[in-house]
Formats: sequence, C-alpha cells, structure tokens
Amino acid sequence: MADFEAREPESKVQLASESGGAGAIPTFDVTVQVRRYNPEVSSEAHWDEFKLTMYGTDRVLDALHKIKWELDGSLSFRRSCAHGICGSDAMRINGRNRLACKTLLKDLDLTKPITIEPIKGLPCEKDLIVDMEPFFQAYREIMPFLVNDTHEPERERLQSQEERARFDDTTKCILCAACTSSCPIFWTDGQYFGPSAIVNAHRFIFDSRDDAGDMRLEILNDKEGVWRCRTTFNCTEACPRGIEITKAIAEVKQAILARSL
Amino acid sequence: MATPLKTKISVPRSRDNTVSGVKYNRASSKRNNFEMMAWLYMRVSGVLLVILIFGHLFVNLMMGEGVHRIDFGFVGGKLANPFWQVWDLLLLWLAMLHGANGIRVIIDDYAERDKVRFALKIALFAATAFVILLGTLVIFTLDPCPAGTAAELLPSFCPAP
Repeated sequence: MADFEAREPESKVQLASESGGAGAIPTFDVTVQVRRYNPEVSSEAHWDEFKLTMYGTDRVLDALHKIKWELDGSLSFRRSCAHGICGSDAMRINGRNRLACKTLLKDLDLTKPITIEPIKGLPCEKDLIVDMEPFFQAYREIMPFLVNDTHEPERERLQSQEERARFDDTTKCILCAACTSSCPIFWTDGQYFGPSAIVNAHRFIFDSRDDAGDMRLEILNDKEGVWRCRTTFNCTEACPRGIEITKAIAEVKQAILARSL
Repeated sequence: MATPLKTKISVPRSRDNTVSGVKYNRASSKRNNFEMMAWLYMRVSGVLLVILIFGHLFVNLMMGEGVHRIDFGFVGGKLANPFWQVWDLLLLWLAMLHGANGIRVIIDDYAERDKVRFALKIALFAATAFVILLGTLVIFTLDPCPAGTAAELLPSFCPAP
C-alpha cells in the first residue's frame, strides 16, 4: 500500500509548484536596497541593491534570507523566531520601523525599491545589527520585575479581571525597540528613557500585585523620563504589537501628577 | 512634596555606557518636580492664553471702529484702567514664560552639545527676562497724558493742557 502513496518530500521547497492546493502562488520581482555598514572595511555606510524574484506569501525577512543564503552571505541581521514574537528583527523598512518577519512584501509599494535600514538612534554595529545596550539599560532602570515584600502566599497572588485589564495592553511588549528607535527625542542624545521603558514601567505600576509603583513613578518623574515625551505618536505607529504607547505614557504622567499634587 | 517611598530597594543603575562618543547613561537624577511643573504650566497657561489672547484681539480689533481707532490715546487709555493692566500683565507673563519654556524644550531636543545648549539657554533666559521686565515696567509706568502733546492724540480723560 505504501507504494501507492506519494513519498512526502523532505522539505516543502521540493514540493512541485502545482501541488500547492490553492493554486500557484504568484511571483513578482522586487528590488531591495539594504543599508550596509562594516566598520572593518569602511567607516561609511552605503546602499547595496538586490533584485529578487519573490512569492506573494513572502515577507521582508524572506527577502533578507534569500539575499543572505543565495546572493551575499556577508549580510548581517538579527532574527530568531521569525514569527513576530521574539522582537529581534525590528528594522526601518521604507522609512518606517517594522518587524521584517511581520511585513509582507505584497503590502509594500513594489514599483519602487524597498529600502531596509537599521533602526535609528542606537549605535550600528554591522549592517542591520545595532547595539541594544542603551535600550536595555533604560529597561533595567525601571525595574521590570515584581516587587512585593509582603508575606509570600502559598498560591497565586489573586487579581480581579478588572485589575488585570488595567495593564493588559502593556504586557504585550516584545522589546523589539521599534518604538524607542522611532522616537525623535531618543535620536537626539539617547538620554531619554524611551517609550519602551515607560511601557514596561506602566505594566508594573498599574499591577495591583506590585508594591514598587511609587518608586517607578519617581524614576520616571525625571528630566529624561515621561516629561520628555512630546506626544508625536511615532512610537504608537511603530509598535508591531499595536500597543497604545502614547496613551500608556500619558497614564504614567497622570499617575505622577496625581501622586505629587 | 513627594510622598516617601514604600519600597526600600535601590534603583538599578547601569555601568558607564559610552559608544563612539555618545554617552548613553542618564545623568543622575536631581529628584525634583521642575519638569513636571513645567509640563503642567504649559497646559494651564495654554488654556488661559486662549482666553486672554482672543479677548485681547476682540477688544482691540473688532469692537467699535475696530483696528482703525488704535492710536496712542487708545492704548494709553486702556493701560490707565486697572482691569486692562491686570489683563495685559497676565498676558505678558503667561505668554513669555510659555514661549520661553517651549524654546527651552526645543533647545534640549535639538542642540546636541552641552556647551551649545548652555549658551542658547543663557541667551533665551536673558531675552525673556528683558522683555518681561520691560513690559511690566511699561504697563505700570506708562503716562497716558504726557505734557506738551496735542489733546486730540491723548485719551479723553487727560486734563486740558
């Protein structure tokens, strides 16, 4: 009986194109311009252009894979899960901060070259890889962990649905830095805590189980804290998780005001 | 002003982090409410200024003969009235401080070097103080009836020369 069954190919790449089920996937040609930087070769960054034939289901990350695997192995970029959860592949695609793994090529304007740059405001190390340390430093400084000195309960610390809903939006952050590196204030001198740190502070400040909310408010009541936010909404637009970041920052501002006045 | 903290653990501070000449560490915080007050002031003064400015424009440009009656007599007459003195004084102080704080914020956002920031802010604060003081002086010391001026140029309440 086994002889009658078609042998399953080892990889989907080997599937015949007509075996797709829903019909052949359309292909199109795209031009991709990638911002290249290699400090060992030159201190100047430059653009490299690649012409690719891609499928209608492909994402920008697939185009980068194709370049790296088939055309130019020296291209460097970060990606881990490739499914929009790990937050590794935030980059500037056509001038907007997005995750390469969540941006479908067919949704971009393919009549013009697609530009891919590293996210701004953080020191570039090579090609699309930036040094995330300043970003994570701000994250550490807002104490992104539960602080509760009361007696440790034998079961979970209970919380009502309303209490949980209060900070639900800001739990979605994947620390991709798309928001912080889209913020013009962060670009200036890198001193601003940045939207992401404030979002993660918000997540604990409004958590009923946490006791260090006042301390986080104190940390963010700073020249470089929430008061440096100019509500340009770049962060909200950039967030691949759809977090209402500017709203979260405004809530932290209100909490600081309510506490001080 | 700030309430004492419940938590007694110290804030994590990161190691020195300077990458290609750019310092990414935040300068240690001064722990005061200045930036919060400045933020609040911008909102409160903004609302008041909308009322004050449109009131000012309406009275000066729309009422009566409108813009054509503005001359020394009109301004002198207005500034002799305590109501308009208070109105103009509020307008002057609120608008100047609102504008100066706005420019201060822009300097902070766009000037990258500390020395440039410092110089620009000194210039800004000097100019602001000069205009506020000069304006305040004029509001309170303007003589609506200077001697030796033709009566038709002066407010109606001036004694005949």
